Amino acid sequence: MSERYSFSLTTFSPSGKLVQIEYALAAVAAGAPSVGIKATNGVVLATEKKQKSILYDENSIHKIEMITKNVGMVYSGMGPDYRVLVKNARKLAQQYYLLYQEHIPTAQIVQRVANVMQEYTQSGGVRPFGVSLLLAGWDEDEETPYLYQCDPSGAYFAWKATAIGKNHVNGKTFLEKRYSDNLELEDAVHTAILTLKESFEGQMTEDNIEIGICNQDGFKRLSPAEVKDYLASVQ
Amino acid sequence: MSILEYNGAAIIAMKGKNCVAIAADRRFGIQAQTVSTNFQKMFEMGPRLFIGLPGLATDVQTVAQKLQFRVNLYELRENRRIKPKTFMSMVSNLLYERRFGPYFVEPVIAGLDPKTDEPYIASMDLIGCPMVTEEFVVSGTCSEQMYGMCESLWKPDMGPDDLLDTISQALQSAVDRDAVSGWGCLVHIIEKDKVTTTELKGRMD
Repeated sequence: MSERYSFSLTTFSPSGKLVQIEYALAAVAAGAPSVGIKATNGVVLATEKKQKSILYDENSIHKIEMITKNVGMVYSGMGPDYRVLVKNARKLAQQYYLLYQEHIPTAQIVQRVANVMQEYTQSGGVRPFGVSLLLAGWDEDEETPYLYQCDPSGAYFAWKATAIGKNHVNGKTFLEKRYSDNLELEDAVHTAILTLKESFEGQMTEDNIEIGICNQDGFKRLSPAEVKDYLASVQ
Repeated sequence: MSILEYNGAAIIAMKGKNCVAIAADRRFGIQAQTVSTNFQKMFEMGPRLFIGLPGLATDVQTVAQKLQFRVNLYELRENRRIKPKTFMSMVSNLLYERRFGPYFVEPVIAGLDPKTDEPYIASMDLIGCPMVTEEFVVSGTCSEQMYGMCESLWKPDMGPDDLLDTISQALQSAVDRDAVSGWGCLVHIIEKDKVTTTELKGRMD
């Protein structure tokens, strides 16, 4: 019988910081880069999926995951922690549907997922999640796209465009120059690929990046063939 | 003696052209004895969303309060008004949570969609089975009588004034054939920009 801790492992330092969260953010910053851009008619999520060996079967594991038909998610940081959050988010979204017979609005799923992440900074015997999430969604009611970021602390932000993971500072600077409010989804995908390229070492192919888009038809992860087409127009 | 007939009630909701109406009797009785003639059975859950609750009076009040609780939290969390359709799902869920020890109410919902102003009416049984219709819904101790009246009087695309007349006639005539409902009638006509409430006096018996 393992004894559970009743006290939190995330405690304040004299300077008022929660060091465990800081370290979690460091884990995120060391993770593979991810990018999200909101366009007028949709949102794009893109991430680098570099594998350490050619023996990896790249198409069996995905970083970009669907939560509901109108919301998708990607991460930077620790993969196993991400899996737990994906599972949680999917369940929360279905619980909402069971109660209201309505698909969960993006802002609502973000609040619930962020709440889970916050709980792990204030509960006994657990550590914060070592991931930052980017959630992309389309709200049926308002007919608008949304892009949100969730941090290990449980803080969440709505973005027009952002980059997380390795080199995110440069990524965000790049996006600041390239972003405009009247960007359409096609251009946004293009820009997302270019942003990833900034920090990419080696040749970008359809097997070492993943792209997901979310528009009024719902969320979809692009197939390698579709990614290849976009790459062709960039290279 | 059925528990749903202990206090007595009659509620009708009807659809009109760009409007809905909901009407209820006002009697609160304990079997044969009439205790109050101004008992609230319709509750406002939003600026253009009403629920009528016939059945056991204690459950009428408890369900109304619990629903208000849930709606308040929903509107605070989601920062928007609840749609009638979503509200119906919420009521259905609340009732089914008590599947094996239910609330003895059979609600009637009437409202306009906050964005599209589309009229919406629905009714439910005591364990949350929803029924959405395009014409009218009834619930209460004299439901047979109300069905009869509504079926003969209702016609599509009635304006607010016509709707008021129709729903009033239907309810008054139905409760006059029921010992445990009546003693006054309250009607709400819900339109895009206003809600008109009319108090009617009929046979006070």
